[in-house]
Amino acid sequence: MYDTAIIGAGMSGLAAGIRLAYYDRRVCILERHTTIGGLNSFYRLAGRNYDVGLHAVTNFTPKGTKKGPLARLLRQLRIGWDEFSLTPQVGSRIAFPDATLNFGNGLDLLLAEVDAKFPTERDNFRRMLADIADYDAVQPGMMERSAREFVASHLRDPLLAEMIFCPLMYYGNAREHDMDFGQFCIMFRSIFCEGFARPWAGVRIILKKLVRRFRELGGELRLRAGVQRMDVARDSVTRLVLDDGEEIEAKQVLSSAGWRETMHLCGQTRNSQEAARESGQLSFVECISVLDRQPRELGHDRTIVFFNDSPTFHWRKPESIVDLRSGVICSPNNFQYETPLDEGILRVTNLANYDSWRSLQESEYRLAKLSWYDRVVESAVRFVPDYRSHVVATDMFTPTTVERFTGHENGAVYGAPRKRFDGTTPLKNLFICGTDQGFVGIIGAMVSGITIANQHLLQNH
Amino acid sequence: MTSVEIREIILDILEGIAPDDDLSNLNDEQPFREQLELDSMDFLDIVMELRKRYRIQIPEEDYPQLASMQSTVEYLEPRMKDLQKV
Ligand SMILES: Cc1cc2nc3c(=O)[nH]c(=O)nc-3n(C[C@H](O)[C@H](O)[C@H](O)COP(=O)(O)OP(=O)(O)OC[C@H]3O[C@@H](n4cnc5c(N)ncnc54)[C@H](O)[C@@H]3O)c2cc1C
Repeated sequence: MYDTAIIGAGMSGLAAGIRLAYYDRRVCILERHTTIGGLNSFYRLAGRNYDVGLHAVTNFTPKGTKKGPLARLLRQLRIGWDEFSLTPQVGSRIAFPDATLNFGNGLDLLLAEVDAKFPTERDNFRRMLADIADYDAVQPGMMERSAREFVASHLRDPLLAEMIFCPLMYYGNAREHDMDFGQFCIMFRSIFCEGFARPWAGVRIILKKLVRRFRELGGELRLRAGVQRMDVARDSVTRLVLDDGEEIEAKQVLSSAGWRETMHLCGQTRNSQEAARESGQLSFVECISVLDRQPRELGHDRTIVFFNDSPTFHWRKPESIVDLRSGVICSPNNFQYETPLDEGILRVTNLANYDSWRSLQESEYRLAKLSWYDRVVESAVRFVPDYRSHVVATDMFTPTTVERFTGHENGAVYGAPRKRFDGTTPLKNLFICGTDQGFVGIIGAMVSGITIANQHLLQNH
Repeated sequence: MTSVEIREIILDILEGIAPDDDLSNLNDEQPFREQLELDSMDFLDIVMELRKRYRIQIPEEDYPQLASMQSTVEYLEPRMKDLQKV
């Protein structure tokens, strides 16, 4: 009998596991996949290492910073700042047809850019910042108010508003078109006030650190151990049944599988109100190109470019299979490393339609990947130097890839639009963490696991 | 355990919670919060660590007593006087 069984060895499950194991709970993490990491994992293909998700670790603050999510989670996990090997970005850009905004870590460059390019918004922008800085003080009910209305109440120029929304939505908005005010503030701080960094060797450094920590503390990690269902008696989970039929008993269960996904595991089907919550709709394709030289040698030194090809930014599940109008172009090379990465890499992320990808037959799917890779890159080189003649290897994933490897319905990267901030469920010993609890991204997911472990799983002993 | 030993234990716990912080200049009378920027999650950890290491249960209403080093040591002294330092 475990004290806690955790479903999923992604960032949130691992972080929660460390907290519980550290305080001597008997804890087991059950992961369906053959490897750890979930939405932010890594793999090897044709002799090369790839990251699944990682563009950049957001929320980056320099060593010695005491405030903010990164500092807090390092303290909570007893991990030293150096252990994640985070190297800050070079600099990023928001590129729209009639304006670009450059930004780096910390607000200075962004403020200077706003002043230079939107001089009439100078004071409005600063007033908006002041509101974002103390949003903690607002009532819980304010969290879900419209961020678009909030921004419009400060900024006169709709172009500036659209430009600000583009990176925030791409890096963490589960809701179509609009964004929850609370989530807007969290993302604004994590991207503009704090910033981007990356370990030279990629996300595997962070994941391996977490797993080692968890195991040293006596935690048990089981791969290829998918939870097929949970048995429920009255208002509690009584046991977990794995895909191969094995039964596991635990006093408490923490799931990072997603809200609806978890409800389905408990047999709560269509008719139940809880399971019927709206599912997430937003998913991505990502086209990875390995180059024969560093992007810098092609004149590209930006870390991340968020682009949109018209004055209006559309954040919706696209009608077409891929939305080429906007996207994110990331170069893992353009961080301030001491030694450059071995090869140049450019990754392009676009919104994609899950249903369209899902409906393709195997052979059509392969073909669609080939042709959409070309179209995605063609659309990206409108905003960065043309790198197409330097590509030596490619890979691409789609919404169905995300679903296959993480179990998230619709391949919805940021989960369901309505979050469950307190992590509770209708069952009294079942809690959720991760994407559908409300904090997303690498750092966000870890903070989510820690928070829910502290609030619900550590106190009642 | 003496108050000097209790102080060492608390320092050790704080070092674990904030491995990158320099604790050598800690002012015993000033609240931790003002010097170390600990948040409520970190306070929970002081309590949890004491429970983990010495099986001391601190009821929630007593948490305010753990605000500074001095008040913490004063609070813990009668509760830890019969324990051996580990
Ligand atoms: C393409 C892409 C790019 C991204 N880029 C970035 C970035 O640059 N920076 C950033 O900060 N974040 C990024 N993210 C987001 C970040 O990866 C996620 O927000 C974060 O990893 C979510 O972690 P999680 O623990 O909540 O969920 P997950 O990682 O999804 O963890 C859930 C785990 O549960 C397992 N599971 C599900 N069901 C079961 C079951 N029934 N039984 C057993 N196991 C189960 C899954 O296999 C999975 O491992 C990106 C995501 C994607 C997809």
